Amino acid sequence: MPDTTTSSPISTTTSAVTAADLLADEMHDVTVTVNGVARSARVPARRLLSDFLRHDLRLTGTHVGCEHGVCGACTVLVDGSPTRACLMFAVQAQRHEITTVEGLGSTPETMNHVQRAFAECHGLQCGFCTPGFVTTITAYLEDHDDPTEDEARELISGNLCRCTGYQNIIKSVLRAAEIKREEITRDEGGRA
Amino acid sequence: MTTRQFGAPVQRREDPRLLTGGGRYLDDLGHTAYEAAFVRSPYAHARILEIDTDAAVDVDGVIAIYTHEDLPGAVGEPLPVLIPHPALTAARTGYPLAKGEVNHVGEAVVMVVATNRYVAEDAVDRIVVRYEQLPPVVGIENAREAAHLVHEDAPGNVSAHLVQEVGDVTSAMAGAPHTLTLELDIERSACMPMEGKGVYARWNSDDESLRVYSSTQTSTGVRACVAAKLDLPLAKVECIAPDVGGGFGVKIMHPWPEEVLVPWASRNLDHDVKWTEDRREHFISSAHERGQLQEVTVGFDDEGRMLALDVRFWHDNGAYTPYGIIVPIITATQLLGPYKPGSYRVEFFSLYTNTVLVTPYRGAGRPQGCFAMERTMDAIAAHLGIDRAEVRSRNFIQPDEMPYDHGLMFQDGRPLKYDSGDFPASLAKLKELVGWDDFADYRAQAEAEGRKVGLGIGCYVEGTGVGPYEGGHIQIETNGRVNVATGLTTQGQGHQTSLAQIVADELGVPIENVHVTTGDTRRMAYAVGTFASRAAVMSGNAVALAAKVVRAKALRIAADALEVSPEDLEIEDGVISVKGAPGSSIDLGTIAVMSNPLRYAFDEAAKKATQFAGTFDVEKPPIGDDDEPGLEGQDFYSPTQATFANGMHAAIVETDPVTAEIRILRYCVVHDCGNMINPLIVEGQVHGGVAQGVGGALYERMVYDESGQLLNASFMDFLMPYASEVPFIETDHLETPSPLNPLGIKGAGEAGTIPVTAVIASAIEDAEGFPITSMPISPPELWALRRAHARKDAS
Amino acid sequence: MKPGPFRYLSPDSLDEAVAMLREHPEAKVLAGGQSLIPVLSMRLARPTHLVDLAGIPGLDRIEVRDDCVRVGALVRHAQLLADDEAYAALPLLRQALSNVAHPAIRNRGTTVGSIAHADAAGEMPSILVVTDGVVEVVGPNGRREIAGTDFFAGALETALEHDEIVEAVRFGRFPARTRTAFLESARRHGDYALAGVAAVLTLDEIGRIASARAAFVSVTDVPGVVDLTDILSGMDPDSADWSVIDEPVQAALAPESDIHADADYRRMLAGELARRAFAAAAGATHGGTHA
Repeated sequence: MPDTTTSSPISTTTSAVTAADLLADEMHDVTVTVNGVARSARVPARRLLSDFLRHDLRLTGTHVGCEHGVCGACTVLVDGSPTRACLMFAVQAQRHEITTVEGLGSTPETMNHVQRAFAECHGLQCGFCTPGFVTTITAYLEDHDDPTEDEARELISGNLCRCTGYQNIIKSVLRAAEIKREEITRDEGGRA
Repeated sequence: MTTRQFGAPVQRREDPRLLTGGGRYLDDLGHTAYEAAFVRSPYAHARILEIDTDAAVDVDGVIAIYTHEDLPGAVGEPLPVLIPHPALTAARTGYPLAKGEVNHVGEAVVMVVATNRYVAEDAVDRIVVRYEQLPPVVGIENAREAAHLVHEDAPGNVSAHLVQEVGDVTSAMAGAPHTLTLELDIERSACMPMEGKGVYARWNSDDESLRVYSSTQTSTGVRACVAAKLDLPLAKVECIAPDVGGGFGVKIMHPWPEEVLVPWASRNLDHDVKWTEDRREHFISSAHERGQLQEVTVGFDDEGRMLALDVRFWHDNGAYTPYGIIVPIITATQLLGPYKPGSYRVEFFSLYTNTVLVTPYRGAGRPQGCFAMERTMDAIAAHLGIDRAEVRSRNFIQPDEMPYDHGLMFQDGRPLKYDSGDFPASLAKLKELVGWDDFADYRAQAEAEGRKVGLGIGCYVEGTGVGPYEGGHIQIETNGRVNVATGLTTQGQGHQTSLAQIVADELGVPIENVHVTTGDTRRMAYAVGTFASRAAVMSGNAVALAAKVVRAKALRIAADALEVSPEDLEIEDGVISVKGAPGSSIDLGTIAVMSNPLRYAFDEAAKKATQFAGTFDVEKPPIGDDDEPGLEGQDFYSPTQATFANGMHAAIVETDPVTAEIRILRYCVVHDCGNMINPLIVEGQVHGGVAQGVGGALYERMVYDESGQLLNASFMDFLMPYASEVPFIETDHLETPSPLNPLGIKGAGEAGTIPVTAVIASAIEDAEGFPITSMPISPPELWALRRAHARKDAS
Repeated sequence: MKPGPFRYLSPDSLDEAVAMLREHPEAKVLAGGQSLIPVLSMRLARPTHLVDLAGIPGLDRIEVRDDCVRVGALVRHAQLLADDEAYAALPLLRQALSNVAHPAIRNRGTTVGSIAHADAAGEMPSILVVTDGVVEVVGPNGRREIAGTDFFAGALETALEHDEIVEAVRFGRFPARTRTAFLESARRHGDYALAGVAAVLTLDEIGRIASARAAFVSVTDVPGVVDLTDILSGMDPDSADWSVIDEPVQAALAPESDIHADADYRRMLAGELARRAFAAAAGATHGGTHA
């Protein structure tokens, strides 16, 4: 932000040229395991993981809402843990397994329990923030099989949604847990 | 029997696609396009002395750098005043790139096009602009004082001054047994959709045509503006709104500078060009709303009935007025809510400030109006010692007074005439839902525990579904697929479902066969846009009318084929059959074949429509004089006036006795939008609206310093509520059909937002025992108010 | 909002990392990146090089020792929060960490990083000082240790030299019969606190207060310990009137006004949170009890 308190009637916005300005991008061959598949692209060090996924790998299900880590729309799973893709460089992701919303279920027929619950409970409206919620909730339900309503609210409280007022997202969390429990019961029943 | 879809909580048909990463939002398109970034003014008010782009030209990957001087013809002219009004005597708009002067921080000055956004921003960093700072006008008081002017030729910083009066307020006020005056203040907020704006343009030099994708609430509007600015035939421009990540009003404003510049650059460079707005840009170069100062004087009798209402308010319209004065006009008219004011005078000044421009944000002036009216109702109740709900009830327009004409002109230039509503019934439902009559006991119990609680209430009426029109086009393919198109756009309201429900019912086809397209000028060139809670009313009725056209045609062709009268036919599950004789039937796909006499067969079904198939009467022309080929049709819905939805909210809040932290314990909504097409979707709209209202009441504001810098231009500091800040919302519905349209529906999109600020103010006032006149309110502000009142009480 | 160009360096050892910092005066260390990357994307900082610690082995360990919990430079907040052994040894860690931002940020952000970032609004710097913690630093001349109370020099400023890297921090464990609580208040859940406080009470054999200390978040220039032992010593924690701490607490605060709250409010809030935190620690309703 330039100094606006200057007393001189004429002021100049100066963009100080730092050493960084003089650097051309240095390219890296980056290979990242995304949704179980090793994917490669040649990108500069500054390529954000969010842009790498969206524009280099064309996995546009991961959305970008603020690019400063607050909104959660770009949340992907890094080794299973919800992580802001806008707060990570692609070069940092090379040692990790990334899961995007496409990796949880990429067609209507293969939607996972969370995606199905959102559809049932009207858990989305414009759908822009939704992938970040779906990834976050999916990870949580891996080790919480029966969250309370308060826990569901707490769980989604790091993601912004401007459409739904969150009520139906909370309902979707509870329903997703229920679907998951039903699936487990059914699977166990099938094996028995 | 086909299940009736209208009124059923049908799961949204768009969801599986959006849930699996299949959505296509603006920045999901055009991965190989050049990308734009902008040098934006760092000053609120300044003259541009010099722009030096030399250091940027050398950046590897920079394609073009444009300043205002580079813009030819209409591209370089001021942006249009979209909605002129006789009272808007000093309308001013900006240029796509600033010419000589900047009037708010964030105004675009230089456009850079590069191979990608990273490089474009590198170039932006290297462009040096010299400015001469001018004194900025920030805040309504400064604008009103007019010691400095935003635009030299807009005296007093006034863009518009409008007075409307019904009855003789002066004499009614003079004769009123009681009068009260309130001074009120409501601050700026913003739509803040999760997806910012964005434009992606593809110039095709082979056929000299342009395709523009924009994250917009009006693709027809953008198309018309782009064609005019670029001097292209309308037939050579198509505009498509892809999936749009929320709008809430900011995307009905058009053309944004980028919506002119990106298509122009695409043509200029003969290459795809894209601009995806980032969050900081959205804060400082899109639009805000809400900022008003209000002065309300009310005269009333001993029973609390209003005799005269005199309102003056000052509306902050920001640096420019491209969207006219729609917002203050709505405040002025919708302020009245469900009440009869006795006599009413409203006067507003719309004022320029050196801040981001102001255009409608969900509620569009109504939250401010509702705040003024509901604060007034509470003040009357407090003055007379009457129950707050009772005072409201005594001022209600009664059901037998409908339609009720206020004698004012509404935002559509037509009379402010309520079509229907049952306000006493709504209030009764709300009191029941929140436990109004039991609250005294609850409060006593809380007080015994050392807790402070308060109950608040707010009522509103919302003019929805304003004209001029929307259209529906329906085409049935030979396989029975029903393609529906309407021109207005979708930002999450579920039109692909709700409109399909209507068409499925009207045509008698399974909803799975119905496919709805919105916001694509290739499919429907005539449309207005999505705003004013109008999509369901306008396009809902339009597609219903279009479906009737297609249904009539299908029945006529089927009647000929089956040699019966059309009246004897019915359609179920996509099959036309003779009533009472189900064996005699023909499916809609076959009718589609028959409706289109062909020269050439391209598949088995088409063979039946060719000239040697022997399926036609040689005495008649293949297409009748009054007929057209194809099983399709369109129609338009154009109402005489808006339809008025209404609702009432109540909340119980708790304020911490020490820290003044504010918690909403319960939030109750009674909502009446006429017949509901899909209660699941209506409920979702209410939830989302209330959440935005809670943001506006307790968390969100635009913090400008005196130099016009927006200090909280990030999601770190602009406090949009998370789930942890939004209460559970309890809802109940009343369905008072609109007599104005065939489906009896009213709009639902904005309703939830409108009364929340008023309701929370009412509840905090009830908890604290002193007036709340300025919103939003934060714990530090409430704490400061407590101290001020304690000092006053002590002295 | 895209970062400017930089060179990405991925050293295999701390010594190599230190050498890189020494070589590039405008280099920055990258660990979790949750504070750094937004600053880069907004182009508020323009380092020429990022030295990523991720490839250096051994930095992701939590060690519970008799007198401390040692946390390596790559330990994520979430990892420390979930560590039951660390919780048993020092419950205050979990009490504070559950207030750090949101889970997705905690999954990647490092505890050491938030201490090295030295934001007065961060929770963990105050935890470091109230536990008499120590910062282990590696530099061109080898290793050195800096006491937590000496580490913070001002807003976003530390005693670290440009070519030094924090290898680990050691949070000191409390004596037996210590009870702790952490409270903070933010405008939104997960935001930086308007004010926050860590309260530490140690009781003697007969259950009277033997020592009482507090450290604050967001309301002091640098994190420091407010020792309230003189005032509270000998009191019965179950019946103490906690308002006796008001004066020394207020004397220790130096809140500033910003767009979210003015200094007066923060001062009041910090005082109230301190009373509540000590009450909570005494009752251990929110607090952890050290066996």
